[in-house]
Amino acid sequence: MNSFTYTRAEAVEAAVREKSASDQVKFIAGGTNLLDLMKENIERPTRLIDINHLPLTQIEASPEGGLRLGALATNADTAWHPEVEKRYPLLSQAILAGASPQLRNMATNGGNLFQRTRCYYFYDLATPCNKREPGSGCSAIGGYNRILGILGTSESCIATHPSDMCVALAALAATVRVTGQNGERVVKFEDFHRLPGDTPQFDNTLQPDEIVTAIDLPAEDFSRNFSYLKLRDRTSYAFALVSVAAALQLDGNTIREGRLALGGVAHKPWRDQEAENMLRGQPATEDTFRRVAAKVVENARGYSHNTFKIELAKRAIVRALKQATEGQPVTEAFQNSNP
Amino acid sequence: MPETFTTSSGAAANASLPPTRAVKLRINGVEKQLQLAPWTTLLDALREYLDLTGTKKGCDHGQCGACTVLVDGKRINSCLTLAVMKEGADITTIEGLGTEDNLSPLQQAFVDHDAFQCGYCTPGQICSAQGLLNEGKAKTAAEIRELMSGNLCRCGAYSNILSAVQEVLDNQKA
Amino acid sequence: MSQTNYIGKALNRVDGPAKVAGTAKYAAEFNVPGLAYGYIVNSPIAKGKITRIDAAEVLALPGVHRVFSHENVPMLAILDRSYKDDVAPGGSPFRPLHDAEIKFSLQPVALVVADTIELARYAASILKIEYEAAPHETDIETKRTKGFEPGRGKTGFTPPPPPRGNPDRELKNAVHSIDQEYVHGTQHHNPMEMFGTTVEYLGEGKLNVYDKTQGALNSQQYIRKVFGLSKEEARVISKYTGGGFGSGLRPQHQLFMAVLAALELKQSVRVTMTRQQMFSFGHRPHTLQTVKLGTNADGTLAAVQHHALHETSQFEDYTENVVNWSGMLYQCANVKLGYQLAKLDVYTPQDMRAPGAATGSFALEVAMDEMAYAAGLDPLDFRIRNYADRDQNLDKPFSSKKLRECYHEGAAKFGWEKRNPAPRSMRQGNMLVGYGMAGGVWDASQQKAGAKVSLSADGMLTVQSATNDIGTGTYTIMTQVAAEYLGLPVEAVDFQLGDTEFPAAPVQGGSWTAASIGTAVKNACEALGEKLLKQAQKMKGSPLEDAKFEDVEFVNGQLRLRLDPGQAVVIRDIVQASGETKMEADATAAPNLLKQQGYSLHAHNAVFVEVQVDEDLGTIHVTRVVNAVAAGRIINPNTARSQVLGSVVWGISMALMEETVMDHQFGRYMNHNYAEYHIPVNADIHDIDVLFVEEEDDIVNPLGVKGIGEVGLLGVAAAITNAVYHATGRRVRELPIMLDKLL
Repeated sequence: MNSFTYTRAEAVEAAVREKSASDQVKFIAGGTNLLDLMKENIERPTRLIDINHLPLTQIEASPEGGLRLGALATNADTAWHPEVEKRYPLLSQAILAGASPQLRNMATNGGNLFQRTRCYYFYDLATPCNKREPGSGCSAIGGYNRILGILGTSESCIATHPSDMCVALAALAATVRVTGQNGERVVKFEDFHRLPGDTPQFDNTLQPDEIVTAIDLPAEDFSRNFSYLKLRDRTSYAFALVSVAAALQLDGNTIREGRLALGGVAHKPWRDQEAENMLRGQPATEDTFRRVAAKVVENARGYSHNTFKIELAKRAIVRALKQATEGQPVTEAFQNSNP
Repeated sequence: MPETFTTSSGAAANASLPPTRAVKLRINGVEKQLQLAPWTTLLDALREYLDLTGTKKGCDHGQCGACTVLVDGKRINSCLTLAVMKEGADITTIEGLGTEDNLSPLQQAFVDHDAFQCGYCTPGQICSAQGLLNEGKAKTAAEIRELMSGNLCRCGAYSNILSAVQEVLDNQKA
Repeated sequence: MSQTNYIGKALNRVDGPAKVAGTAKYAAEFNVPGLAYGYIVNSPIAKGKITRIDAAEVLALPGVHRVFSHENVPMLAILDRSYKDDVAPGGSPFRPLHDAEIKFSLQPVALVVADTIELARYAASILKIEYEAAPHETDIETKRTKGFEPGRGKTGFTPPPPPRGNPDRELKNAVHSIDQEYVHGTQHHNPMEMFGTTVEYLGEGKLNVYDKTQGALNSQQYIRKVFGLSKEEARVISKYTGGGFGSGLRPQHQLFMAVLAALELKQSVRVTMTRQQMFSFGHRPHTLQTVKLGTNADGTLAAVQHHALHETSQFEDYTENVVNWSGMLYQCANVKLGYQLAKLDVYTPQDMRAPGAATGSFALEVAMDEMAYAAGLDPLDFRIRNYADRDQNLDKPFSSKKLRECYHEGAAKFGWEKRNPAPRSMRQGNMLVGYGMAGGVWDASQQKAGAKVSLSADGMLTVQSATNDIGTGTYTIMTQVAAEYLGLPVEAVDFQLGDTEFPAAPVQGGSWTAASIGTAVKNACEALGEKLLKQAQKMKGSPLEDAKFEDVEFVNGQLRLRLDPGQAVVIRDIVQASGETKMEADATAAPNLLKQQGYSLHAHNAVFVEVQVDEDLGTIHVTRVVNAVAAGRIINPNTARSQVLGSVVWGISMALMEETVMDHQFGRYMNHNYAEYHIPVNADIHDIDVLFVEEEDDIVNPLGVKGIGEVGLLGVAAAITNAVYHATGRRVRELPIMLDKLL
């Protein structure tokens, strides 16, 4: 960990102003990913601005009839919040599938958006990595890439975004409220994270002086038919190999509206709106789900160790949509504990 | 031509190291005054500066749970927060839950159920279990297992950890 | 029954309160005054040399004391033998900071010492080191035909016996036969406590060394030889060890580093490895095994052939007994066993819980399952048909062996009779259900060890031995043994360990501690008992005046006549009457070779496993395990059960999760952290039943114990693999069975 100075921000405007001074200034909230990366010497800020005292911890109704999640509300408080449990149980389930109780008590909603990839090579200074050191090369493409991406990858990077929460937020078509020196703007969730292209050092589209203040969940009701299915190498406390957030609105057995997003497969939470369109108006049957699943992985590309993810993603999509159709009990975070 | 490598993190050497400052921490109900640089984690503050070595370091990266403490009653990984960030908070460590002569119900249950072997993950497990009780979300065995999954135990005492936590939870309900 | 009859009682751990209260102090927790902190720097390359170290910027930082590297390490011991620890394999031990040569990735190349832990870490991160890389080879696949047979190897290694019978002909003539390869990758011990050493500098070159180790004496003799220290100058203390599993059998890099720095700086120093650095030393080796089995028409084994090839470093020949078990677990007249090593640019492998047997029993016991199916037999019935009443490797009977009872009692408890033998025939809801079983055999050994007992006038007994307790329960069971033999309440016994000032004991490993230290404690107690009797007889009007030692017993705090318990003296009063503040005795114990020479000494187990598999998604849950263990007498069913529970968790881990992945481009382990090196979490563990089939055995040692730390792991991974086959019809022969292997 390099040496840095530390200050506390008391107001959003001041925080944004101070951060814009240098790209070596970082905000710290929960710290769960940033301090990890600082100890690995991957992040080396010269100054940390502690934003935990900004008034951004509320979870409240949004003016549009949805729910506004404060950027500094913790993942745990969000997952267990009565309104989230009632109206957005898919989000609760996704959050509770991630990390550990301790980490969820620390990690914030805003911070969750900024988690960096778990790619082994990104994490090891002894190996080249374009995300960490632009232009140095990607070790993962020809290396051990079992955990890495199959969708939207590039010749520069096949990293995946590690968040579970973000997969649900993508499926729920959340929006992100950000404030910069030029004021506030709203970013659609699918535009918040980006694909690696030839600049994998950038995980998202935020400007250096911007701060996330809240995440807005739209009013749409997906509280009845949903599923967050996470497949990993142990039952809990592990990152997803593949995860699927599925949500349906049904008229009888006909799908009125469907949502589908995947984790563990791409540089960003992978929402496929074309596949969602294929669900609309169709019967909620395995046959429909198979066709949609095939569409999602149509352009998937496997690397030496992760080709299995293509088949796994297909099967997981079908299973998640089936579970959603059958109607999961609200916030069944423990589904994986009891086979 | 042999390949050559140069290592070092690439960080700039900085002869002006971070200044220390007075940091007040309330630990187990007692105010502690420390002089710390910002780069000191809460975990290192406890272990290296306050001699509260009951809180363990098993990975230093939030991957094992051995460093679990309670902050305002909630369990967290003390390795992933800076001491300066916890000024004003109420921090409880294993030393604050009970003593050898006056064990807390959880500590006693861990002894009675042989819920540990080497003992190194144990304070973290107990603080985590205390956090679980405070949360009030876990009710079934499956829920306890899931919500105790942020604490690795390499000795593999999980079954006994489950029975210990279950016993205290049941007694609370009774 | 007396109240001081403790052997066999399920006592709570005596070190429990200290562990749950956080007062038990581990090596890196002795906060001695004036402590400096060392941080290790590791090599990014697997082979080559260091061409330049530029420490100027680091040394310019206020608070940095020194950067140690091969460029400035003082002249230390010259000969290889000075670097050999008690359990070193053959070869030339790695010497940290010795020269510019890089022998493996993550090799420690420098130590930065500074005032604080944070400064040392930062300073290490800016140290500039230049390397010249050379081509490396880290892939055992390239060495398939280049294996060699090791020489004598390390302590405990027995080369495979020569072939017996006509294994090639009988395999060819067999009615049914199988021939398969079994593979598992590298695994790292990863105890929860990271390796750390605190060296307290006492002045004039005298040190107290708090080390994470499984053997304080082993650490001591290593630093004495390497740094030329006397016994008095180098006291090593290790009261609590946060897990070992074999990783603490050899002194690790941080011990060398911390002692070096303390001696050079004349200051107390602590060096702790990071979790990432915990992948810079020994590991369970990546192993390729071939098993060929054949059966006769009656279901007996016609031939057994088992060959293993595993990695070792370029500088040491690590050995473990992988294949020998296959010559003794089942009766077979035609056996051929082969064992080879291959040198790679990696660090030397190191004993990891049930070394060799965890590995060998996986291959043999999966092969036995395959053989049973090929021969149309129930896997349990097949094993019982081929039960070995004699150790055919040694051509000796077993001193005791209740594996048959393990099979029967385990099967009954598990409900094996409900198994439909056809693969894919059992379901629960959407899940495929599989039942599998396996078992194993492990050495029951005893090493020479010493103990000292001291009874004070207030009736408190102190017992000392330089052994260790890595979580196995040594503190507790030795307290029980001493309390039992001197008839004292356990509260009156204080067992102390982990200090080189105490009587010598071997490293804690090989499941030999209960037998070795237990017998020494018993002997020391009996020696003190004789002194107590003599002293009691000097007491005025002693009721024991004419008693011989065999006529008396120590019960409930009294020394009394066996046949007339009313004739008794309070033990505490004897010490008081002696006029001394305490009475002492010490003793050593060694195996009774004369008594043992005609026997094979082994513990056994049988494991039954239920898995549920989600076939679409490839996920596997181990929902039930019954592990039946025959390991002689059980001193404490509580701690012994925990050892077996832990072994089952290890087996689940080995079967489904654990693997250190090497990227051969870099010759480097890539998942070197606790997030990506997966071991089970609580949610992975379901019902585990432990059964002990007790054996009476006065040949293994006077206590009749066989050790319990390793035998429980045997066969667990195989039983899971076999259950997965039964559930799905898919035979996986490469561990771990991660979900992609079932898709």
